[in-house]
Amino acid sequence: MHDLVNDLRAALGTDRARAEPLELALYARDAGVARGRAAAVCWPSSTDDVAAAVRIARRHGRPFVARGSGTGLAGGATPVGDPVVIVTTHMNRVLEVDTANRVAWVEPGVLNLDLTRSVHHLGLHYAPDPSSQQACTVGGNVATNAGGPHCLASGVTSTHVLALDVVLADGSLARLGGLEPDQPGYDLRGCFVGSEGTMGIATRIAVRLSPDPPAVRTLLLGFDSVDDAAATVSGIIAAGIVPAALEMMDALITRAVEDFVGAGFPRDAAAVLLVELDGLPDGVDAQIGAVRAVASERSARTVRVAADEAERALLWKGRKSAFGAIARIAPDYYLHDAVVPRTRLVDVLEQVYAIAGEHRLTVMNVFHAGDGNLHPLIVFDAREPGIWDRVHAAGDEILRACVEAGGVLSGEHGIGLEKREAMPWIFSADDLDAQARLRDAFDPTGAANPQKVLPAGSRCGEATRVPEGAWI
Amino acid sequence: MDLTEPDVASIDVDVARLQDAVRDATRVVPEGARTQWEVGGAPRAGTLVRAPAGVVRYEPADLTVTVAAGTPFEHLAAVLREHGQECPLDPRDARATVGGLLSAGLSGHRRLRLGPLRNWVLEVRFVTAEGRLVKGGGPTVKNVSGYDLPRLLVGSLGTIGVLTQVTLRAEPLPAASQWATTARPPSDVRAELFRPSSILFDGRRTRVLLEGEPADVEAQLRAGALEPAEPPAWPPGANRGRISIAPDRVERLGARLTNAGARWLAEVGVGTVHVAGDTPETLTAAREAAAEHGGWLLREAGAPALDPFGVPLPNFGLQQRVKAAFDPHGKMNPGRIPAIDPDPAREIA
Repeated sequence: MHDLVNDLRAALGTDRARAEPLELALYARDAGVARGRAAAVCWPSSTDDVAAAVRIARRHGRPFVARGSGTGLAGGATPVGDPVVIVTTHMNRVLEVDTANRVAWVEPGVLNLDLTRSVHHLGLHYAPDPSSQQACTVGGNVATNAGGPHCLASGVTSTHVLALDVVLADGSLARLGGLEPDQPGYDLRGCFVGSEGTMGIATRIAVRLSPDPPAVRTLLLGFDSVDDAAATVSGIIAAGIVPAALEMMDALITRAVEDFVGAGFPRDAAAVLLVELDGLPDGVDAQIGAVRAVASERSARTVRVAADEAERALLWKGRKSAFGAIARIAPDYYLHDAVVPRTRLVDVLEQVYAIAGEHRLTVMNVFHAGDGNLHPLIVFDAREPGIWDRVHAAGDEILRACVEAGGVLSGEHGIGLEKREAMPWIFSADDLDAQARLRDAFDPTGAANPQKVLPAGSRCGEATRVPEGAWI
Repeated sequence: MDLTEPDVASIDVDVARLQDAVRDATRVVPEGARTQWEVGGAPRAGTLVRAPAGVVRYEPADLTVTVAAGTPFEHLAAVLREHGQECPLDPRDARATVGGLLSAGLSGHRRLRLGPLRNWVLEVRFVTAEGRLVKGGGPTVKNVSGYDLPRLLVGSLGTIGVLTQVTLRAEPLPAASQWATTARPPSDVRAELFRPSSILFDGRRTRVLLEGEPADVEAQLRAGALEPAEPPAWPPGANRGRISIAPDRVERLGARLTNAGARWLAEVGVGTVHVAGDTPETLTAAREAAAEHGGWLLREAGAPALDPFGVPLPNFGLQQRVKAAFDPHGKMNPGRIPAIDPDPAREIA
């Protein structure tokens, strides 16, 4: 272990690698629940440093795990297999803002919101806006193919990443994609984004910058039933409108948020929708009229258009601090992430409430209704004996219900460690084998973030290679 | 063929037959409507296989549609149009099959606003060299469950697998749509417009496609001092190609292309330049001009002696490993991406 840390320090600097108990404890998990154990933690400051760290890890026969701010919720950055954890937070420079091409080159440790702030004066922004955007890094966003409320109209991370400089698992460098619209051969950039650190580490990222819309308006709609709110979501889409964002909050979370932020959410509504429309002023006005009409058809009891930017910001603050607000209700929470077809929202939500009821758990829902991306939030007190078993059982059943409704396992958090055992729920053995082939083509060594995404036995024939004397 | 009443059972039978055909073949040549048959290298002789056709599932309120890969784009467009929706794959020839369009991977002229073709693909099903049916991605509009096989398949020219079925994202059709033109330079025009669908430039005139709310289209016409016009024609010529270049280099490249005798139309803000000429030499000259500006030219039609890509594949070792992972013996559409085919001598050894 000592040799490993010494080698890392020799390459990266004496203060850039540690293996003391405090660091190992701090980096044993991300914002998810799974704990692991690192052999060492290092903080590179350049592409060369990252490549050196990868090579040193390999020379010592260890895997490596890339980590940004550690805000991931699926255990994607949890160290498994005594790896070297490579933390990118010191690589936090916006390297170049290319206004002619509307592109920024950034290091992976740049915080999502800092990127948008750094180009704000140019009338540009970086579109993906996960709720953790004040804390999460662009490199982490690339790894998880992160989303956010405004991805409904503008697309998730993969649609905003043009090129990546990456360190592959053997320490070699590659540029994937480019500023040219097409490259010959396979879309390696597309394969890498969302691969959760299992294909290598991005050290420079070219992201697309989007022009700020001339007009942005946000509506708050309150309903007496979840049904009416969900029907309004469908009605807006049926009216030919794809809002910039379309978020739903149920009664419990609305009350929690209102108590926390005081944004003027109706405390007695069964469900609240936040609808954001952007574009040119006339079109936005026309769409506000159309959304109002749909909402009143569905007997909305609150229809409020934010009067100014301050009110709009307050509404969004309410939405984005939902997870802070629940701390007032219970000390612990388990946040889920699944997607169902938009048309199945109402019946899946009913099942979510029923499942939580059966397990005597409180569940709240705040989610991206426009794209069917549910985030059931189970709140509890971890000190209660046996509670984790109920929380996990309920979580599994909720995920099953989403899959049975034609949904998928994750909309934006990723699979990580948390959901890899659920992958066979939506993928056949042949499907998983194909994914394993793609992963292994990028990383034949298996050293990049091992045991993530794919469950054991994904490779065809892998299950038959049982060690001698093992139980079957 | 009644596309609103899909015969899913018969599609399944066709897919099973396709799996058998692929498994038993020594060389597999997937075939759509042959509208982009000349994109990439010339296909080698082999067993021609076709995907079935038909709309499998369409849920307008979900903005998603699932079709068998052999479905002609024009049929898909007609089905979506009935519900006021579209999937903007925007092929040059609407007879193209959906599977063929995705395999060629070439985006349409509205990429500036609507993004590249690959962004519209949610789930793919394809037959591998061993005849297995594999699904990648998922049917919902948002999904990060597992590796992005859809993006691997888009643009792979049939060298990874044969697409049998895809789920696509749909969009509401814009309420208003208007082409317009001006003599002002495209970069000036672009700075004044918000989310134009397309800005095209041929060295003389700038052409703009505005789509959206009628009031917005009107306002943008005024803001850009644009005159309504007919849709532009693609540059004519038997020898055609498309250049990919960083968007800010398009105007400089255009001047070089004109000098080289090429007819061209550039997608401003995207970096795609459509080139055509009467002789293969025009494409050769255009390719040289593109290379000088850091771009490359894909041959799309004509000029059979011209290398299809003209540049080495970037990250060749990685590309080779990806190919070998899915098709180690190089039986899937050999010749189409010639550099990626396994070396026959090495295979024997």
